[in-house]
Amino acid sequence: MGRATLNVLRTARAKPLGAVGAVVVLIAAVLAVFGPLIAPFDPLEPHYDNLFEEPGGTFLLGTDNFGRDQLSRLIVGARPVLFVAVVSVVVGSVIGAFLGLVSGFHGGWVDLGIQRIVDGLLSLPTLILALSIVSLLGPSDINVVIALAVVVVPIASRVVRSVTLSAKEEVYVEAARSLGASDSRIMFRHIAPNTLASLMVLVTNQIGWAIVVVAALSFLGVASPPPEPSWGRMLSEGVRQHANTAPWLTISSALFITFAVFGFAAMGDAARDLLDPRLRGADVRVSGP
Amino acid sequence: MQTYLTRRLLLMIPTVLVVSLVIFYMFRLLPGDVALNFLTDGGRLTLDREQYDALRAQLGLDRPLFAQYLNWLWDMVRLNGGTSLVTGEPVFNDIARKLPVTAELAALSLLISFAIAIPVGVIGAIKQDSVWDYLGRTFAISGLAMPNFLVGALVFLVLVKYFQWIPPLEFVSLTEDPLENLTQLIFPALVLGHSNSAALARMTRSAMLEVLRQDYVRTARAKGLPSRVVIGRHSLRNALLPILTVAGVQAGTLLAGAVIVEDIFVLPGIGSRMVDAIFGREWITVQTIVTLFAVMILTLNVVIDALYSWLDPRIRYET
Repeated sequence: MGRATLNVLRTARAKPLGAVGAVVVLIAAVLAVFGPLIAPFDPLEPHYDNLFEEPGGTFLLGTDNFGRDQLSRLIVGARPVLFVAVVSVVVGSVIGAFLGLVSGFHGGWVDLGIQRIVDGLLSLPTLILALSIVSLLGPSDINVVIALAVVVVPIASRVVRSVTLSAKEEVYVEAARSLGASDSRIMFRHIAPNTLASLMVLVTNQIGWAIVVVAALSFLGVASPPPEPSWGRMLSEGVRQHANTAPWLTISSALFITFAVFGFAAMGDAARDLLDPRLRGADVRVSGP
Repeated sequence: MQTYLTRRLLLMIPTVLVVSLVIFYMFRLLPGDVALNFLTDGGRLTLDREQYDALRAQLGLDRPLFAQYLNWLWDMVRLNGGTSLVTGEPVFNDIARKLPVTAELAALSLLISFAIAIPVGVIGAIKQDSVWDYLGRTFAISGLAMPNFLVGALVFLVLVKYFQWIPPLEFVSLTEDPLENLTQLIFPALVLGHSNSAALARMTRSAMLEVLRQDYVRTARAKGLPSRVVIGRHSLRNALLPILTVAGVQAGTLLAGAVIVEDIFVLPGIGSRMVDAIFGREWITVQTIVTLFAVMILTLNVVIDALYSWLDPRIRYET
């Protein structure tokens, strides 16, 4: 066995829950990339002879009001929700990290100005902020990405700012400065790499949260429009329209969302313990919106 | 203490101003407005340019943005919150009708979340690594991994499918019929309370674990105090500080949760009002409610800071 494999196994044994989470995340990633190839049926194709078919038989998870295969819809629905969650968190974190770096490094008025806006954004419930932005921009995946990124920016900027504040007092910064390094060189070459661990932890944890918000937004009806399958809307339609006739539609959508969120949350917990020991035991937000 | 609280409350003002500015400009910089919404019918423009301009002037949308902002701010200070662009009613009247529902829901779910989280956390800490501890921790993780709209949807499903429950057509207030009111609110409150309790239980457990190792707890035990007193008065009271902090941080989550749970259970609260306002592009209503939410969250955090010194007399605010 190679050393890398051994390392992976050792980590998995130390963090069993994190390992389970990583496996779930891997499965979700495979579904997101190869979903349309894996799905047993066309997710949009109606089967009018099999409306509201119960789970089991040809249609493993049953069919909906158009006789569309629920399993195929859930598999194909993985891509939009994961794509939106990952892209928005990454974009938001990069912008937030930049602002946090500048804010923490320069201090003074720059810091004061940026942090007051961050304060303002942080004092708004995240779901409400995202909901307002999406409803204004209109329902589309790109707009959901923008909305979530706006929510992530202040959080990332806070995390990176605090790391920057302590890093800029380090001796190596002084050393770089005495060698004549410019401000931007110190910021991006010497301090930025030190914020990466915290940022990685933040990103994994926030993706779990972002999945919840994306699903919540489509649950409330403001994300991408039908007929493309989307987990949140499938859950919402299941419970609002077919609770009596086809409860399995609600249950299977709920299970898919739960597993995806759990996977990222568990992996995020483990990543935090491994990469950022200072945060151990702290509750990084992964709960609902 | 009083000076400290006054200072904290005064410091809220700039934050609230920034929030209101951000919200106001965000809603104005983005495309589309309520006048356009009135005039278009299913995406088709039904009126011409002149009528559109007249409507904008009538609604005050043609004035400079900053003037509109100041105008709205002045309305907020006079406690009327501006006039809804759609209903023509002062927003605060609207809010005053709907706030009690949300406040009751929030209070009830906060009560439920403490009633769940404190015992679960305390037992988990006293009997660390026992079966009960594992059960409690599993519960807490389930609460974290299952967002409240999901639990809400499942509870709604079970109620409708297996108990032939029908969402009430009309909301009954606490003063009209307390029992009926409670039956309408208990399930949404349980859903919100459950999701809120997860993080609280985790915090309770870790705070209790830390406190239980302190010398004064050992001293209390050595004095022969019954464990009820050791745990209740000596340990839990000291563990409450971090628990309260988490509860304060979660106030925002609770309000956002109210938006979704009210939507699922068809409650006429401020949350479902906001969803309606968002869909109708009633900016003034939306921005007023959002600013109000921010004020409530900030105030709650000041209140929690004040509670600190009551719970732990060592903490004094003298500056």
